Amino acid sequence: MELTGAEIFVECLKAEGVETIFGYPGGAVLFLYDELAKAEKRGEIRHILARHEQGAVHAAEGYAKSTDKPGVAIVTSGPGATNAVTGIADAYMDSVPLVVFTGQVPRYLIGNDAFQEVDIVGITRPCVKHNFLVTDVKDIAETIKKAFYIATTGRPGPVLIDIPKDITDTDAKCEFHYPESLEMRSYNPILKSRDSDIQKAVDMILNAERPIIYTGGGVIMSGASDELRHFTQNLNFPITNTLMGLGAYPATDKQFVGMLGMHGTYEANMSMHHSDLIIAIGARFDDRVTGNIEKFCPDAKIIHVDIDPASISKNIKVDCSIVGDVKPVLLELSKELKQRGAMPDQTALAAWWKRITAWQKYDCLKYSPSKDKIKAQYIVQKFWEISAGDSYVCSDVGQHQMWAAQFYKFDKPNRWINSGGLGTMGFGLPAAMGVQLAHPDADVACITGDGSIQMCIQELGTCQQYNLPLNIISLNNGYLGMVRQWQEFFYQKNYAMSYNEALPDFVKLAEAYGHVGLRIEKAADVEGALKEALDDKKRLYFLDFITEAEENVYPMIPAGAGLNEMKLL
Amino acid sequence: MKKEEQMRHVISILMENEAGALSRVAGLFSARGYNIESLTVAPTEDASLSRMTLVTRGCEEIIEQILKQLNKLIDVVNVCDISESDHIEREMMFIKVAANDMDCCAAIKRMVDIFRARIIDVRNKTFTIEVAGNRRKLDAFVSAIEDHKIIEIVRSGCIGIARGSNALKAQ
Repeated sequence: MELTGAEIFVECLKAEGVETIFGYPGGAVLFLYDELAKAEKRGEIRHILARHEQGAVHAAEGYAKSTDKPGVAIVTSGPGATNAVTGIADAYMDSVPLVVFTGQVPRYLIGNDAFQEVDIVGITRPCVKHNFLVTDVKDIAETIKKAFYIATTGRPGPVLIDIPKDITDTDAKCEFHYPESLEMRSYNPILKSRDSDIQKAVDMILNAERPIIYTGGGVIMSGASDELRHFTQNLNFPITNTLMGLGAYPATDKQFVGMLGMHGTYEANMSMHHSDLIIAIGARFDDRVTGNIEKFCPDAKIIHVDIDPASISKNIKVDCSIVGDVKPVLLELSKELKQRGAMPDQTALAAWWKRITAWQKYDCLKYSPSKDKIKAQYIVQKFWEISAGDSYVCSDVGQHQMWAAQFYKFDKPNRWINSGGLGTMGFGLPAAMGVQLAHPDADVACITGDGSIQMCIQELGTCQQYNLPLNIISLNNGYLGMVRQWQEFFYQKNYAMSYNEALPDFVKLAEAYGHVGLRIEKAADVEGALKEALDDKKRLYFLDFITEAEENVYPMIPAGAGLNEMKLL
Repeated sequence: MKKEEQMRHVISILMENEAGALSRVAGLFSARGYNIESLTVAPTEDASLSRMTLVTRGCEEIIEQILKQLNKLIDVVNVCDISESDHIEREMMFIKVAANDMDCCAAIKRMVDIFRARIIDVRNKTFTIEVAGNRRKLDAFVSAIEDHKIIEIVRSGCIGIARGSNALKAQ
């Protein structure tokens, strides 16, 4: 039977098992929406209407990051597409599998500066894993197949498909056939590591005296947490996670030395700096992790496991590279270690642990509690306790993000969802919507600040429409806190434009959207408010915590410094 | 970065003959701050594939990263740094010079013969010359006739191929 382009689009989504699509309609996608609405009535696909295209894409990211499925979004041409760009760039930086559909003006108008026309394929080229402009109704099915395949395999990432309106209308029809498999001569991600690399890595592991395991988001994406725990506990090596990798290894385990990097723990950074072997797994030596490259871990040999060959030796030259999917690589490493029946020098390892324990005694995350103003750290700590460490936590970007990463101890993967690479303020709330839609019965929080929350605040409307009972924990210090902190440290306290002079009444704002708003100004009220929000599984709580205005995130590696030059409180 | 580490490399790229493929490569170089000395692209014996020759400079680490990043582009089928082994490079140049009098014409003709170039267009007071060869030969030719008034130069950029039976193919 011949189908229209729009019908084919829906059939392809069904064939890919897409249950939820996030989007915002407009002129160029009306035929697609027409079919989407029919599919929704038939109970096949659920469409979630965001209030801004950026929100739709972030929600799709949250959905993808908290599940093992790709996120799917649809927006219209022109401004719809440009609004989606921040979300797409965010997904690119954090390797989130997304398929984003953009409407395009009809083919005969392309290049004509038509109404709501932009060259979105050109605009997004540097921030997608791949993109397509479909120019024939006959190509829709295969293009969608390719898009899902590319987005979800190898190092995941966003793929954009631009669809001109006239190939979705009722005139253009073709026979529908969804390809079952795909051969792409130009795209063959490497999944299986080479034996010789595994051998070399195991040699290095067995010779290590001061080892550390440093893992990132790749472990979570590979679904390799169990394998990582087994590998790490078997060796009794210390382990640190990047911001993107939190939860891959249980944070409450004794071998975990905390997050590393700019606002990581003293013990994690000192262990890295003084190590003689770094086993980097699914992490990419980001500049927020390495500090000054010239001063980076002078004595360390490095094993780097990554699915993306281009990540290896990009910033830091490594001694042993293993290209492959993290999960099978970890299995191979564990198998080889078992076969050799040997262990690294245990006396040296014990001495190494002794040094690490001494660094841990600095208690680098300590803060002075205050009876007067609420400390942001205290709120996150309490939230962790009250939610029994079992909430999904999405965050925006800034001080609150760092405190969330430091004080919420993630024991499970996929629970910590934040914008690491791009650092997108406005990410948290829509991402939390995506998580809640994927996990309707789970506790989902958005830890945010008074600056970030306002960047996608309109999504409170989406939460109302779909009854998403999020817990929004706003650490309101009246400042763009991280900007203010840098201005305090490096710009002689010239707080240029970082004071939020005209904040709305967030309680009333939440109520206007049909939610519960609470303003908490006393430390004694923190627990009660958090409990109330967590107990109510039906309604969204906007908790506006008025916190200490000039609190800083410690410890900190100043720009240009090495990992051993942390600034402690 | 030290100057002497900035070696010249000739990179051959086989890519899907798709709209926008060239801009993916060009965009990659500008986005990541790699330099492009020259770039040529044309279809191959297989109409679905384009062959690109790209000349760049960089230290070993940068070139390694360039090759990896190129490989990462979805449209790229195969990549090779052909300057790593025995290879042939050629470039073509058109050069239009003023030929005002007989002496001048004779002198230009002499240089054309020496360099095994060809005069492909003769007009009142101008010669257009075609020269092919490696980059150094073309540079040498330009300096050899510098005494005459050069009106215009067009260079194709380098194309390259490996010597022997080695060939860059879809894997």
